Amino acid sequence: MQDLLRLLTLQDANTRTVLLGTMLLGLVAGVVGSFAVLRRRALLGDALAHASLPGIAVAYFLVGDRSTPAFLAGALAFGLLGVGCVAFLRAFTRIRDDAAIGLVLSVFFGLGIVLSRIIQNRPTGNRAGLDGFILGKAASMVRADVFAIAGVAAVSLVLVALLYKELRMLCFDRDFARSIGRPVVVLDALLMGLLALVVVAALPAVGVVMAAAMLIIPPAAARFWADRLWLVLALAGVFGAAAAMLGTGLSAVLPGPGMGADGGGQSRGLPTGPLIILAASAVFIGSALFAPTRGVLAGVMRRGRTRRELASSGTGAVA
Amino acid sequence: MTGSLTAILAVSFRADDLWVIATGALAASSCGVLGCFLLLRRLALLGDAISHAVLPGLALAFMLTGTRDAFPMLIGALVAALATAALCESLPRVARVTPDAAMGIVFSAFFALGVILIEYAARNVDLDPGCVLYGLIEFVPFDTVSVAGVEMPRAFATLAVIASVDLALVVLFYKELKLAAFDPALATAMGFSAGVIHYGLITAVAGTVVASFEAVGSILVITMLIAPGATAQLLTDKLSSMLVIAAAVGVASAGLGYWFSFELNTSTAGMMSVVAGSLFSLAVVFSPRHGVVARIARRVPLALRIEREDALGQLFRDRELGRATPVGALAYSRTRGRAARVLRRVALASLRRQGLIRRDPATDLCTLTAVGADMARGLVRGHRLWETYLAERMGLPADHVHEPSHEVEHFLTPQMQEEIRREVAADTDPHGRKIP
Repeated sequence: MQDLLRLLTLQDANTRTVLLGTMLLGLVAGVVGSFAVLRRRALLGDALAHASLPGIAVAYFLVGDRSTPAFLAGALAFGLLGVGCVAFLRAFTRIRDDAAIGLVLSVFFGLGIVLSRIIQNRPTGNRAGLDGFILGKAASMVRADVFAIAGVAAVSLVLVALLYKELRMLCFDRDFARSIGRPVVVLDALLMGLLALVVVAALPAVGVVMAAAMLIIPPAAARFWADRLWLVLALAGVFGAAAAMLGTGLSAVLPGPGMGADGGGQSRGLPTGPLIILAASAVFIGSALFAPTRGVLAGVMRRGRTRRELASSGTGAVA
Repeated sequence: MTGSLTAILAVSFRADDLWVIATGALAASSCGVLGCFLLLRRLALLGDAISHAVLPGLALAFMLTGTRDAFPMLIGALVAALATAALCESLPRVARVTPDAAMGIVFSAFFALGVILIEYAARNVDLDPGCVLYGLIEFVPFDTVSVAGVEMPRAFATLAVIASVDLALVVLFYKELKLAAFDPALATAMGFSAGVIHYGLITAVAGTVVASFEAVGSILVITMLIAPGATAQLLTDKLSSMLVIAAAVGVASAGLGYWFSFELNTSTAGMMSVVAGSLFSLAVVFSPRHGVVARIARRVPLALRIEREDALGQLFRDRELGRATPVGALAYSRTRGRAARVLRRVALASLRRQGLIRRDPATDLCTLTAVGADMARGLVRGHRLWETYLAERMGLPADHVHEPSHEVEHFLTPQMQEEIRREVAADTDPHGRKIP
């Protein structure tokens, strides 16, 4: 109870930092993710996230120490390399998109495991903290991380605002955009770059396995409530931030299972990343069921009403 | 008997190493064979989703029974896998989510749930998310059972059963699986429901995934569901050989992966996955029919011939009009890409070397030699004959006949030209120029 109070009043500086970081992340992931989902790039984001793992290990090899900027730069480079591989396989082989995504995702991830295990088997390797990137470790977020996330968020939101019309055209009618002379290839690349930036920013908090979910779930939930793009973007941002708040809050409040698996020794809460994803999933399920007009329940009721109307008009005709 | 066999092998190789390789090979080849059908049905990512989504099934089974016995785990994972497949399929229909987003949502949510459940409930068992992701294949030999008097790793025994079931299913239902993979509608029309086959396949995949899982981890499972099949797809066009190649790639990845991981002192499952990816990359580059090198080797000579012939045709038409042709006009084109321009330059050099065209160094003008002019005449003749044929016989307007003829001219043999000559009446093409 006291914990809850402390959390709600944001007394704990550490909780405040983590909460701010994850909420910003949720917000920007929701907005950028909306374009990804509309452009059917959702699973490419997943490939990107998994493919970034070896980049982190390579960055550690190059820098020789734990350094978040270097890790994220490496992650970005390998994430984009993975996306490039998917594009190459699609263009030059008979391998289909889904297989290419699955291949890149798993092989790059395997490479990441191989490299990080090599690092961990070295005497200084334990300090690398590479395992934290697999499932994420939001609780260890510090001020500098929040500033980095804020920077990514600012860049992404400004770009989205400036290129709103172009991105909208790209998502809804790419051929039309091309026919009136918009540089669709550049726009597609830009969108991919934005996705990569957001995914990489999300890695330390939610990890490579679930980073893409931050991009997919809030926009999919927002889509049930709105048909206007700007509204979808706004709602997805709000849902993302809300899910992040809920997940971070729960992880701080719920009784932890005792000893940490990572040998930390102190008591700790449930992992934040999965809780954020579960909170987002709850928002999605709620939206899918209860949203007016597009929701499942609304559809059932609509069909029932139509059936009753048909039935009553039928008997009316007989009488 | 088996005792002496083990003794012989132990001389060159530690038996434990062999067990690890054998376990990895069984997991990889059974995933690889089933993965072929997933690939053909465009369900590659469903395997990915299932491998993530069985996690909560495993955790729930553990929470309900309190043991890590294989059977309840298998049931829990099967339920989770079927739920995943059903949700991925029904969400786009019921709730208007695109199929790819639906898949992303379902498996992320299931995976997150699984991580939480395991963290919460199964903490003191060696069932942690990390172990599920990259497995514990190195420790396979330490957990043994005795089957028919032979001491073998438990994971190997489980996988042997699963692999035999998979093999039996594939052999028994080969025709049905094949038909459902290539033409599900026809399969349903012929009376065996593609839906039943679909869910049967999903169940088999789920069972195999779960059995492989514990030993080799989800990351290797996902790779092996896709990489061997994709490699085989690049090497053959026949389903039966695809299955055999996929199994072989699985076995090779397991063996080589174990060796490399031993040399580099790193994760065995991860290395097996990397080897599978490398074998696939080799196939991408060097496959005799579908590889990148083979495709280039097939295309470049044709593209070069077309460039040569187009250059000859341009020279012939310029001469007809009494126009001089500067080298620049032949070599340069504003509208075409860099690759085409390089190819054109190579084509011009080869034409010059063979004495088909001549370049006057003083004026920088190109002209046809007598031999070159003969060749060019044949080409332009084919082009104009085809234009005339299209206009006379197909009724195409004059402004629609150039483009198709420009493509067909490269493939008209003298015999074909003669046949077309007999079919058409006019002596000039639809643009009024003489057919040479």
